[in-house]
Amino acid sequence: MKNTNTELIVIGGSAGSLQVILEMIKKLNIELQFPIVLVVHRKAHSTSILPVLLQQFSSMEVVEIEDKTEIKNNTLYIVPADYHLLFENKKIMSLDSSEKMNYSRPSIDVTFKSAAEIYGENVIGILLSGANADGVEGLGYIKKNGGKVWVQDPETAEVNYMPKHAVDEVDYDLIITPNNLANYINQL
Amino acid sequence: MLEPSIVKDEEVEYLIKDVYEMYGYDFSEYSRASFKRRVNRICLIDRFTSFAELRYTLINDPEYLKRFVEEITVNVTEMFRDPVFFKTLREKILPQLGTYPLIRIWVAGCSTGEEAYSMAILLKEANLYHKSLIYGTDLNPSVLETARSGVFPLQQMKLYSENYMLSGGKKDFSEYYTANYDSVRFDKSLQEKLILSTHNLVSDSSFNSFQLIICRNVLIYFDRGLQERVFRLFDNSLENLGFLALGAKETLRFSNLDKSYHQVENQKIWKKLDHN
Repeated sequence: MKNTNTELIVIGGSAGSLQVILEMIKKLNIELQFPIVLVVHRKAHSTSILPVLLQQFSSMEVVEIEDKTEIKNNTLYIVPADYHLLFENKKIMSLDSSEKMNYSRPSIDVTFKSAAEIYGENVIGILLSGANADGVEGLGYIKKNGGKVWVQDPETAEVNYMPKHAVDEVDYDLIITPNNLANYINQL
Repeated sequence: MLEPSIVKDEEVEYLIKDVYEMYGYDFSEYSRASFKRRVNRICLIDRFTSFAELRYTLINDPEYLKRFVEEITVNVTEMFRDPVFFKTLREKILPQLGTYPLIRIWVAGCSTGEEAYSMAILLKEANLYHKSLIYGTDLNPSVLETARSGVFPLQQMKLYSENYMLSGGKKDFSEYYTANYDSVRFDKSLQEKLILSTHNLVSDSSFNSFQLIICRNVLIYFDRGLQERVFRLFDNSLENLGFLALGAKETLRFSNLDKSYHQVENQKIWKKLDHN
């Protein structure tokens, strides 16, 4: 897995994914040479409590994305509620408030596809626990463009619908568990 | 389902050039990521299987342009979206505007008008409506027709009613409309002070001076250079001590104008400082 240079990790999750994310950020222990972008389904009017929560456990800077946010390495970016996230290029992210996708805004599919188009083989897409089909189609785009696909072991998922569909439908590269996810990232 | 990947990056540039040269709409400073998604989405919903078909239709069918502009721009909006923002308008901004003999408000990029109607309701409840004018503008004539009709889908009213209450609304929201099958018609009085007209933020200039300009979730579709030009247009259209309101994730922070504005609390509202 060391042969391609990782320039971005995008993590998608819905119901039951927060514990996995918390577990992961507590164990990330190196200065990452790439950013991590989190697309997590949230209620439209939810106040931005998630960045504050995650920052308490993270050694990296945690940033809730605003329009045209510049992308920096070793930073954990959170997509805000009620917007889709798109990559303009490898330096700038844009927000988009167009129609929901899979009943979701942000939609994991939308960001996975955009990441696949801009980052090609240099992106890793990770899909965690969730009760929605969002994310599976996007993982397919990442794979098609040469990127890597990691999926949470459905057995370890609080809600296994999302990862189970991914495992069934996408040619994944790696199955991860809440315990070992950070280790795999630390080794990149 | 995601939109297909039919149109390539360089084809997007051809399309932008064609539309500008033939019809005068300039999308060259729109953010490419979103624009490209919209072009691919048009291919999906209008069943173009190749870029060539879409381009041929655009070039040879001037009628199709209207449809293209309508679908290329994002027209997702809602009443009292981000209720806390409207609560701040209600409690902090309107009392200040109330000191003017005539209140002029510009809702720029108003789409189908939901925010303009929300403003009308706020002004009514603050007893300022009789001395207010709300200008709603959009580059897209067909969304303005919807705004003019005052007819909106019934299924949205549950959300709008919740938003309205969270914004500090005290009435029964259904007093503002009459339901008819699956749609509702908003009270005619909410249109009395509403002036709707086309205006393109890219190419048109300032047309009046205002005490409040609301432009939410429009600038996210523009690149930084165009955003800065639009900020200047707003600055030229705003009276001293007037207010500029942006979307929840938009900011004046990166603009050169930031220094002459003061942010209101931690809301996306900026007050223009007096600099005579």
